[in-house]
Amino acid sequence: MAAVAHADTHVHEHDEAHEHHEPQSFIKKYIFSEDHKVIAKQYLISGIIWALIGGFLSLVFRLQLGYPGINLGWLKPVLGERWFDEAGKLDPNYYIALVTMHGTIMVFFVLTAGLSGTFSNFLIPLQIGARDMASGFINMLSYWFFFISSVIMFCSLFVQDGPAGGGWVVYPPLSALPDAAPGSGTGMTMWLISMAIFIVSSLLGSINYVTTVINLRTRGMTFDKMPLTIWAFTFTAILGILSFPVLLSAALLLIFDRSFGTSFYLSDIYINGQALPNQGGSPILFQHLFWFLGHPEVYIVILPALGMTSEIIATNARKPIFGYKAMIFSMLGIMFLAFIVWAHHMFMTGMNPFLGSVFTLLTLIIAVPSAVKAFNYITTLWRGNIIFTPAMLFSIGLVSFFVSGGVTGIILGNSALDIQLHDTYFVVAHFHLVMGSAAFFGMVAGVYHWFPKMFGRMLNPTLGYIHFWVTFIGVYLVFFPQHYLGIAGFPRRYYAYTGFDFTNKYQDLAQLSTVAAIIVFAANIIFLYNFFYSIFWGKKATQNPWKSNTLEWTTPINLGHGNWEGEIPAVYRWPYDYSKPGATDDFIPQNVPFSATPESNFPYESELISEEKEIEGIKFDYSIPD
Amino acid sequence: MTLLIVALAIVFIVLTILVMSKTQTLLKGVKAETEQNKEVVDGANNINAIGLFVFWILSVIGMVWSFLYAKKDFLIAFGDIPSASSVHGKETDYWFWFGMAVVTASFILVNTVLFYFPLKYRYNKNRKAHFYPHNNTLEIVWTLVPAVIMAGLVFTGLRVWNKVMSDAPKDAEIIEIMGKQFGWQVRYGGVENGKLGNYNYKLIDDVAGNQFGIDFTDENSFDDFTNSSELHIPKGKPVLLKIRARDVLHSVFIPHMRVKMDAVPGMPTKFWFIADKSTADMKAELGNPDFKYEIACTEVCGRSHFAMRLILVVDEPADYEKWKKEQKSFLVSNPDFLEKVPASLKAKAMKYFPTEAASDTTTSSAGTSLPTVSSLR
Repeated sequence: MAAVAHADTHVHEHDEAHEHHEPQSFIKKYIFSEDHKVIAKQYLISGIIWALIGGFLSLVFRLQLGYPGINLGWLKPVLGERWFDEAGKLDPNYYIALVTMHGTIMVFFVLTAGLSGTFSNFLIPLQIGARDMASGFINMLSYWFFFISSVIMFCSLFVQDGPAGGGWVVYPPLSALPDAAPGSGTGMTMWLISMAIFIVSSLLGSINYVTTVINLRTRGMTFDKMPLTIWAFTFTAILGILSFPVLLSAALLLIFDRSFGTSFYLSDIYINGQALPNQGGSPILFQHLFWFLGHPEVYIVILPALGMTSEIIATNARKPIFGYKAMIFSMLGIMFLAFIVWAHHMFMTGMNPFLGSVFTLLTLIIAVPSAVKAFNYITTLWRGNIIFTPAMLFSIGLVSFFVSGGVTGIILGNSALDIQLHDTYFVVAHFHLVMGSAAFFGMVAGVYHWFPKMFGRMLNPTLGYIHFWVTFIGVYLVFFPQHYLGIAGFPRRYYAYTGFDFTNKYQDLAQLSTVAAIIVFAANIIFLYNFFYSIFWGKKATQNPWKSNTLEWTTPINLGHGNWEGEIPAVYRWPYDYSKPGATDDFIPQNVPFSATPESNFPYESELISEEKEIEGIKFDYSIPD
Repeated sequence: MTLLIVALAIVFIVLTILVMSKTQTLLKGVKAETEQNKEVVDGANNINAIGLFVFWILSVIGMVWSFLYAKKDFLIAFGDIPSASSVHGKETDYWFWFGMAVVTASFILVNTVLFYFPLKYRYNKNRKAHFYPHNNTLEIVWTLVPAVIMAGLVFTGLRVWNKVMSDAPKDAEIIEIMGKQFGWQVRYGGVENGKLGNYNYKLIDDVAGNQFGIDFTDENSFDDFTNSSELHIPKGKPVLLKIRARDVLHSVFIPHMRVKMDAVPGMPTKFWFIADKSTADMKAELGNPDFKYEIACTEVCGRSHFAMRLILVVDEPADYEKWKKEQKSFLVSNPDFLEKVPASLKAKAMKYFPTEAASDTTTSSAGTSLPTVSSLR
């Protein structure tokens, strides 16, 4: 609903609580729903399913790496006959396909759609005090485009020549030439089409999020009173809007090179006994276009998780998030810098070394605001009164992964050091910790924290503690040894390491990674059981189980379309009045006016009491059509 | 009498029910209060708090132990591991461990506070959290300190980077290395002028044997020789690798030399370095008579990406020159390609063929006598 604040427009107030609805059909209500909460749950379930698939794929190749030549023939009914030979050995072409699909699924389908799609959708209207997104229709389209993209990507796993291979980055010429590998055939075509549709979905969603945050904040919710989650989701959406189209262009040009005879990325190629006619193109062009999205993409993945962590840590430490403004500025800094560091993924491509210098400088600069955020989280814990809900545990785990993975980024961002480490397991360890595990923990923390709001019930905390401890320790056991593999020079995406003297070692570390990965997967099955069981039979939730200040906890426990039954609350204060000196309770929700808390107001807050009437009197103009 | 007892009994039962329900309500109130207190934290809160700190202590012990365990198989030089076998490699190795020391120190410091605070400030209903929303001085301090450290890492790193990426010295030994699915091939400019002949991918013909696409109209190609199993280089002299790929992206990785550069179809790349430890030196240092320097591919290129192995042999300069002279030129090994040589240059090309009557020892390898000009088709 479009809404503009006019302080003096006379409007029928009750209109804003009711829209003229005929009762909706089941399909309109639950399938092609335009309600942000339903769409959020659709994204969440999709994200969970994709996480299972992506995780399962990683177990298959981890089995090959930990136990080379292992008989995996029992997977033939699931994956297909051609993936394994008669002895059940995994075919090297399908090994690369597994690695490719694992990366694609995790980065895009789980940590972008599953994370942003779920929580931006669910929390933005609730935390800014809006009935729904700016356009419920576009929101619905965003999910269903994602669904179509998912179906195509899923089907690509089962085509005869296998899904896309060549790494999740799908560099040409490998990805442009079906002759070069089976994974560059039909599977690659489907990958590209699926990603193009995925990008459409993402753009539709992002535009909606930004528009909603700018236009639909409730009375009194100025930007400096928005929760940090909303700031994070907004910056994430802006990153997406500006960078995903570039990936679309990269993919389109690749489609042209593959199917329509162009030479954007191709030149001087002799393959399968033939010199191809293409000349003048450059594979480096693709890499620039890809990484122009690719780098902002990692911030698209991590920023929502960081935003939610701010919220969860503040609530459970019963303390304001430390440095609210600094947190906003550091996210802003990260957002700007994210666009100018992409070529640190390309130090060894043969591009002009001067570019290497520039990108080293910019990359090490971006380490600074990231570090500031970590320090602010930790200072929030200092002298808090900390409650360890599962969400809090996962948030602390996120900070740990973010720091551990972030410091190796400082090594890799240094071009001179990247010469030896590029495309080795050192990189794999780095991004799995700083992006994969940290963002995954953020997603899980968000589920634990907002489950009561989503489903009106609580997740079982004991299962949550077990889930946390096994996964946290397990993830470190999977990825810490991989730093050593990188220091030893182990290249990425290798089917086996027995063919070289310099990699014919550390088999015990590889096995450790594999076993730990299996255990982590199992721990998450516990979470799945907890999740689905609790939706139906979990302990009923109270309205504000975490005693949190943000607006979503002021809605009814089982909220319907429109979120609030009466008028949307007005907001008078920021969301971090926890343990305020003088206050009767250790939290003061945002919608409690200063006039109601004279005992805890700071002097400047008492002065704001005079503005309360004005805030309450703000009227939105509902005559503007959708 | 019975009537009286029945009446009293009924009164008693009703009273009992009233009292019981009253007690229930009272009890519920008390339980709610206790539960309210208990609801703030459950019994696991202390366990989780202690667990986080214990986890960290065990992790530090584990990390130190794992480092000591794993370091015997490192490549980047540490402790007993041999130093890098190239001049620039020793520098990048140093700065790697320097950088690791800096980041490990921050890693330990930051994680220690991260895991200690949960223990120290775990929930206690008698305590209240300290309302401390911001401190701008602190923000400035912990922005500037990392910024200064980053600046230091940038400047030291870029100094090394610029050296490594600088132009090769004029006297560098130029060798071409070409990646293809699935192996490396190398080409030398030959003993005479060391210049590589031109190439064109359209001239590549695997069936006929011109895998490099060497252009035999360029006289520099006449003395070129190739190898698909070994790359020989001299010790102590700059070597410039001219890197190319003919089908998809590959990447030349010589781990012991700390050399890496992508091989890009359509865009030749290069990397120069000085090897300062010969293969024999390494065999002695490691006490391993089977040691070989290896070259691997480090950009995913298809099915056998993991199996693109080329042996690197580092010879003493004198041995290297001797080896070069012993190599048969490509033309000599593939005389059919003399066809491609323009008539005006045939004589020059023939210079590299040993003559029938020759007993000269300088060129050509052992064995078969070769056709003279007149019998060439």
